[in-house]
Amino acid sequence: MGVEQKLGNMGVVTTTLENMVNWSRTNAMWPMLFGLACCAIEMMAAQASDYDMSRFGMELMRASPRQSDLMIVAGRCSKKMGPVLRRLYDQMPEPKWVIAMGDCASCGGVFNNYAIFQGVDEVVPVDVYVAGCPPRPEALIHGVLTLYEKVKGDTFKEYAVKYK
Amino acid sequence: MSQIEEVSVDQFKHLVSERAIRGETMLLNMGPQHPSTHGVLRVLLELDGETIVNCIPDIGYLHTGVEKNMEAKTFQKAEVMTDRLDYMNPLGNNLSYVLAVEKLVDLDVPARAQAIRVILVELQRIASHMVWLGAFGLDLAAMSMFLYCFRERERILDIFELVSGQRMMTTYIRPGGVWRDVPVEFDKAVREFVQMFHKRVDEYERLLTRNPIFIDRLVGIGYLTVETALQYGVTGPNLRASGSDWDLRKARPYMGYEQYDFNIPTRPEGDTYARYIVRIEELRESLKIIEQALNKMPLGPVNSDNRKFVPPPRAEIGVSMEALIHHFKLWTEGFPAPKNSVYSAVESPRGELGMYLEGDGGPKPYRIHLRTPSFDNLAVLPEIVKGHLVADLVAILASIDIVLGDIDR
Repeated sequence: MGVEQKLGNMGVVTTTLENMVNWSRTNAMWPMLFGLACCAIEMMAAQASDYDMSRFGMELMRASPRQSDLMIVAGRCSKKMGPVLRRLYDQMPEPKWVIAMGDCASCGGVFNNYAIFQGVDEVVPVDVYVAGCPPRPEALIHGVLTLYEKVKGDTFKEYAVKYK
Repeated sequence: MSQIEEVSVDQFKHLVSERAIRGETMLLNMGPQHPSTHGVLRVLLELDGETIVNCIPDIGYLHTGVEKNMEAKTFQKAEVMTDRLDYMNPLGNNLSYVLAVEKLVDLDVPARAQAIRVILVELQRIASHMVWLGAFGLDLAAMSMFLYCFRERERILDIFELVSGQRMMTTYIRPGGVWRDVPVEFDKAVREFVQMFHKRVDEYERLLTRNPIFIDRLVGIGYLTVETALQYGVTGPNLRASGSDWDLRKARPYMGYEQYDFNIPTRPEGDTYARYIVRIEELRESLKIIEQALNKMPLGPVNSDNRKFVPPPRAEIGVSMEALIHHFKLWTEGFPAPKNSVYSAVESPRGELGMYLEGDGGPKPYRIHLRTPSFDNLAVLPEIVKGHLVADLVAILASIDIVLGDIDR
């Protein structure tokens, strides 16, 4: 389903601005190069040869939060790391999204104790939760595609409310 | 939310020199979110121009409370926590813990299970070194190394998936043996990997070992003497790159390592380049061990037949009332351990990984303490980076191969 099928022979395509913007956002979403624990290794594996997340416009991991659109919280978030994580999130430019990768980031996982946040959603708002300990790279890619579906359905009105 | 305590700057003034307080040197914060700190390590640097005057590692950003959490679980259930300590080396952590449990309750392991454990742990060592080499290359701007190394690592994870169904956190090594016997395809899969990997190591060496840029970045950087290394308790490839041939697999053999013929690669230089060479040589030695273990692998059971500690096979539960009771007891109550304390250590890819375990007569450990290699290896960092440039810190930090899960646990 390439663009040329949509264009026909007129060279013109009609769509809404929202669709256009959301389409471009989903095809160049830069994640932040930021790993916490075990899941970061699987996140690296998802970036590497076998799984190659650049197929989804994510080949560029940015080390700076100011240049990234997506935060993948890969691993367990300790009480000491929480304020740092929040600060990194606050430094990201809007619009921004968060994927909680793995059980620890989603709900605390096996570490139900004093040191770990029982879900990173206590610190930052999470868009997509990816289950697994650690999730396979395919599961992370599925999480990313789920986020894309969510982004494609967003409206400007919702953005205006969210990032007031 | 946890409570955050406000502290004044005066409390930390003793950490830096007088020159920093007067403003002659600059304090630079590196991490906890930095691509070259390999996780969530924070390093506070005191710089004179671009030269490092002092370096203070700040750890604890990944403190997980594993040791405390394990006290609340029975001996079998606590094992899943060990996977997630040093997440590059889950099977090695399993082995260290399981050896401690077996020592505590005096449990024997069949020869076949020992051979399987050795093969898997050596594969894990290669996988760990692959992640290290990839990240090392990435830090020194050799991006292609990362892609090559993860390609090979995926083949190892395929083998783990074949035997256990999981890629990383397998918990495959259990007290008294392993979870279940390896499938028939295991032998072929490992042999194919070993055959392929011999050529790949040569390929990495062709890319890196004589690369002039690589040598310029590494030779003479981060010099660690063997005396300093021993004072700080540095173990593993970092110690061997300083000239000592201390390797627990030779010095205190466990799991039948004494029957395999392999060398301990050492280098006298003690710099970053030597640490690289030692790890590359270790890859070849691990392949040797795997080949020998595969050729020698005996037939027979993979679990101890002591039903008080090892759950009976599924087939037995249907026909034997006793087996059913044992199974029920083991998975509801666990097995009791005597009131005693043991220490067992294995050679992990990073050094001596020790497990101190204390039983109190009940089914749960009374106390667990881990002697993790990365913690001691990181402690030596301020000693070896002084006088180097900031860019060299990246190379040194990468070369000592820390894993934050191992440090903070």
